[in-house]
Amino acid sequence: MEEKLKRLNEDVRKALAEAHTMDELNEIRVRILGKKGELTQILRGMGGLSSEERPRIGQVANEVRNTIEGELTARTAGLKELLKEQKLREEGIDITLPGTPVPRGRKHPLTIVREEIQDIFLGLGFSIAEGPEIETDYYNFEALNLPKDHPARDMQDTFFISPETLLRTHTSPVQVRTMEKTAPELPVKIIVPGKVYRRDDDATHSPMFNQVEGLAVDRRITFSDLKGTLDLFARLMFGMKTKTRFRPSFFPFTEPSAEVDISCVICGGDGCRVCSHTGWLEILGSGMVHPRVLEVSGYNSEEVTGFAFGMGVERITMLKYGIDDMRLLFDNDLRFLQQF
Amino acid sequence: MRVSYKWLQEFVEIDIAPQELADRLTLAGVTVEGVTELGSGVSNVLTGRIESISPHPNADKLVVTSVNTGGVQRQIVTAATNVREGDVIPVAVEGARLASGLVIKKAKLRGVESRGMMCSGQELGIDPKTMVAEQANGIMILPPGTPLGKEAKEILGLDDHILELDLTPNRGDCLSMIGVAREVAALLGRPLRIPQPSFKELAESIEGQARVDIDATDLCGRFCARLIKNVRMGPSPLWMQQRLRNAGIRPISNIVDVTNYVMLELGQPMHAYDYNLLADGRIIVRRARDEEKMLSLDGCERSLTPDMLAITDSDGPVGIAGVMGGLTTEVTAKTTSVLLEAAFFNPISIRKTSKVLGLRSEASQRFEKGIDIGGAARATNRAAQLIAEMEAGDAVSGVIDVFPEPPQAKIVSFRPARAAYILGVEVPKEEAAEILTALQFKVRDSGADLLVTVPTHRVDVSLEVDLIEEIARMHGFDQVPGTLPFGQSTQGKQTREQSLIAGIRNRLAGDGLYELMTYSFTHPRVLDQMNLPGESPLRETVKLQNPLSEEHSVMRTMMLPGLLDALARNFSRRVQNGAVFELGRVFYPQGEGSLPEERQVLAAAAMGRTPAGWNAPAWELDFYYLKGVLENLFDYLRTEPVSFKPELENPSFHPGRSAWLEVAGARLGVLGELHPDVLEQFELPDRVVAFELDLDRLLAVSGRPPVYATLPRFPAVERDIAVLIKQGTPAVQVVDAIRSAGGDLLRSVSLFDVYRGGQVSQGYQSMAFSLRFYAEDRTLTDTEVAEITSAIAQALAQQFGAELRA
Ligand SMILES: [Zn+2]
Repeated sequence: MEEKLKRLNEDVRKALAEAHTMDELNEIRVRILGKKGELTQILRGMGGLSSEERPRIGQVANEVRNTIEGELTARTAGLKELLKEQKLREEGIDITLPGTPVPRGRKHPLTIVREEIQDIFLGLGFSIAEGPEIETDYYNFEALNLPKDHPARDMQDTFFISPETLLRTHTSPVQVRTMEKTAPELPVKIIVPGKVYRRDDDATHSPMFNQVEGLAVDRRITFSDLKGTLDLFARLMFGMKTKTRFRPSFFPFTEPSAEVDISCVICGGDGCRVCSHTGWLEILGSGMVHPRVLEVSGYNSEEVTGFAFGMGVERITMLKYGIDDMRLLFDNDLRFLQQF
Repeated sequence: MRVSYKWLQEFVEIDIAPQELADRLTLAGVTVEGVTELGSGVSNVLTGRIESISPHPNADKLVVTSVNTGGVQRQIVTAATNVREGDVIPVAVEGARLASGLVIKKAKLRGVESRGMMCSGQELGIDPKTMVAEQANGIMILPPGTPLGKEAKEILGLDDHILELDLTPNRGDCLSMIGVAREVAALLGRPLRIPQPSFKELAESIEGQARVDIDATDLCGRFCARLIKNVRMGPSPLWMQQRLRNAGIRPISNIVDVTNYVMLELGQPMHAYDYNLLADGRIIVRRARDEEKMLSLDGCERSLTPDMLAITDSDGPVGIAGVMGGLTTEVTAKTTSVLLEAAFFNPISIRKTSKVLGLRSEASQRFEKGIDIGGAARATNRAAQLIAEMEAGDAVSGVIDVFPEPPQAKIVSFRPARAAYILGVEVPKEEAAEILTALQFKVRDSGADLLVTVPTHRVDVSLEVDLIEEIARMHGFDQVPGTLPFGQSTQGKQTREQSLIAGIRNRLAGDGLYELMTYSFTHPRVLDQMNLPGESPLRETVKLQNPLSEEHSVMRTMMLPGLLDALARNFSRRVQNGAVFELGRVFYPQGEGSLPEERQVLAAAAMGRTPAGWNAPAWELDFYYLKGVLENLFDYLRTEPVSFKPELENPSFHPGRSAWLEVAGARLGVLGELHPDVLEQFELPDRVVAFELDLDRLLAVSGRPPVYATLPRFPAVERDIAVLIKQGTPAVQVVDAIRSAGGDLLRSVSLFDVYRGGQVSQGYQSMAFSLRFYAEDRTLTDTEVAEITSAIAQALAQQFGAELRA
């Protein structure tokens, strides 16, 4: 009997090794361990054994049963794993096929850059102010210390609607409008994005373009603060290695006035075609708010000071993306717009 | 202004190279646009005298010359026709290089050896515009006394650098050598050498011989005149010609050159009248009469107006003040006496006059920016001195100086503490005083402050803050540290509208649209292209008085035409599929005296289809695409409910394929396929769909706060039903009927299929809806759901004669 059991064990081992499907394994299970299974049959024959032999054979039978069950379980798990792997292999797809097309769109590069500028100044505690694109002569010029016949008006060739109304030539009128609304409260910290208009049209000028203006007015705002703020802006906008250079300049509504250059974003300051081999790129105009502008806006210029700056979004966008013709920004060619 | 580096050194000692000087000036606010090296590349061009000219044995158009280049005789063959024996000329000898890079070698011309080449001005790098015609086109002839065998570059003043200034409009004082030298002296801490004119005058006095009256004292603040007799007209000396040329001015004659030279040196424009042609030797400065005529120096007849200032003699105008002289009193070769003018004219008046007449000259540019009213008399003296030195005439004793109201000296107090308050950095009082003194301000220490007298040449300085700027720029902007403002901190935050608008842009880009940026001005024609009737209020536009062209002449009242133009442009470039949007303003006139109304608009347009994928077909960018975009947008913005209603009367849109949008009882905008006539006008493909919404209104109904509802605790039951229904029944009515018949337990209805043809009979369509039911307190039984579904079927049958499909 012991002999039979051992042989059975051997048979099962062989059968398991040859089984390749779950069905075959199940069949083996039933054939050996089922109610009418071979092992069951053998065990039934235990009744004919002597009482000395019975416990020993019983133990052998149990061992054989445990071994068979163990092997069967292990084999089942192994085969399951094998079959799963096989299934996954068979289910492979060509992952190099393109994805299902989902419609794509983009914001205009000028929007992307303007929002980037806005985000920097929002982070510095500025809010965003807006104003009309069609302005009065007063807000566009006179209140900004540009009386009629001032030669500096020639710097901004103007589209007129009537003798007293015009398309704003800069976003600066919003400075005065905002200060008028706020005075005598302090501080004023705004940036003003918006469209502006000048009578120019060539590869470097567009009759409509976008500016972002900034204004900070408070007690004790200094030229040093202007420098620090714009220097930080330049580094956040163009990279932390960017250097700034402030050159004296002239704007009727600021005094002192400064033109701000950044180290060339292309060559890093060594000189290249983009920076005309100077290593510097002019990106914005700035200055301390002229006392006359503060006074007409309702502030006492002895106590209150401020700085203002303005930049062209087109210029910065062109530098950032290496665009060489401003007209592309307004041509609205989808092949261009898809690139940003 | 073109500034000669060498000439500058006459007024101030400079020990830095031209480029470094340029950088220093730029960082002090006198922007140098570029530095040009004159005669760059030119070498081995010597001065030589033509000793003899003989015919060429083998060529009619060539001659053989013998040229003395300082002890060396050279045989040179030339084709030049403007040279004669005895002329001194520049000669490029063997090995010489010319401005063009050409290298001269020994050569044989038609069998005759030639050891060099005679040069034109241009070959030496001289701008032909600054040369008289015969010189510009031929060999450059130098004055007879010119030393031989010298480098022509040196003799011609081409061994120099030119600093090209790009001045801001406030710095008219730097439109002169003295003005720039003043800046350089202050920057380098060197003394400034100002020429003090001294010369002999004739015994006779100007008094009784000439007389000046200023009628229009508002337009002419000062008028100085000097009389020069025994004038010997001729060319000016070479050194003067060079300096004029290097500054971009063409030499004309000794007298005219002197007036230009003084203008360059001192910044005071001058004019010379032929005294003998000046009726009664009298000058009257007055406003011109209406339509008064004058022949100007360029030979044109000019018609004047009372806004213009005329210089007249007893007979009439002899000049337009500060802009151009008259032909009748022009200095010519026959002139024997001249009256020199140095005056101060009102900058605004000069600017207007030169604009109206379209004449901008070196003189008018200086007057426009405001010249030094204190410098006029000195200029006449300097001119007289130069004329005397070149023996071109003798000054009559005395200057006529009509100076009705010499301006009061401007005294401005300067508080160092105030400078620190504005600059954020302390500049010691002593340093401030030094800077201002170096710039020729007169400074008096009054204890804590400085009392500063502004020199007359600094017309741009009148306030303390102007002085602070002077201090800052000379002290150096780079010496001011960068700080961030402190004090009350502020929150940087977008307004509700600003963040909604940013969101709209992101949403639309995410849903497949590209953002455009079109011009706010447009051609009035686009309103015809949009099919608008003559009486449409959108035809009332804000018009530009001075547009660049008709193309950009009115402010838009609709945004769509710009988008359609852009699509058409893309279409013509074979970009045939795409969806675009733009946010911007439209402008409605509001009548005299008020600014136009500016409303924010959101518009979009689409043509063609999406790209097809290997696993998904392309779909049309049609009405339903943009409707879906809008539905997504309204959902994102959490607007009040928006309904789409048939838009039947809009001439720009397809009457059967457009909708107007209603929200909160008001019109929000329009969505639809463009009318075929509009598409044809814009040269667009067959089907283009678009919307234009009033963005201000959209923002006003946006941003409803979300209301939280508990999630269902019992499972929902879903049923799909399909109904056969007459074509033309609006889906929204069917949905409404389902909803009302479905009662409270019907939680959502969605239309997922519309089908025509096949087994569906003619004139009918099948609409399939997915219905979702649930109750809050129990799981719904099939019986309950079946009851509701049959109620729905009954309602649809009643209202539309619809039939439930099996
Ligand atoms: Zn560069």
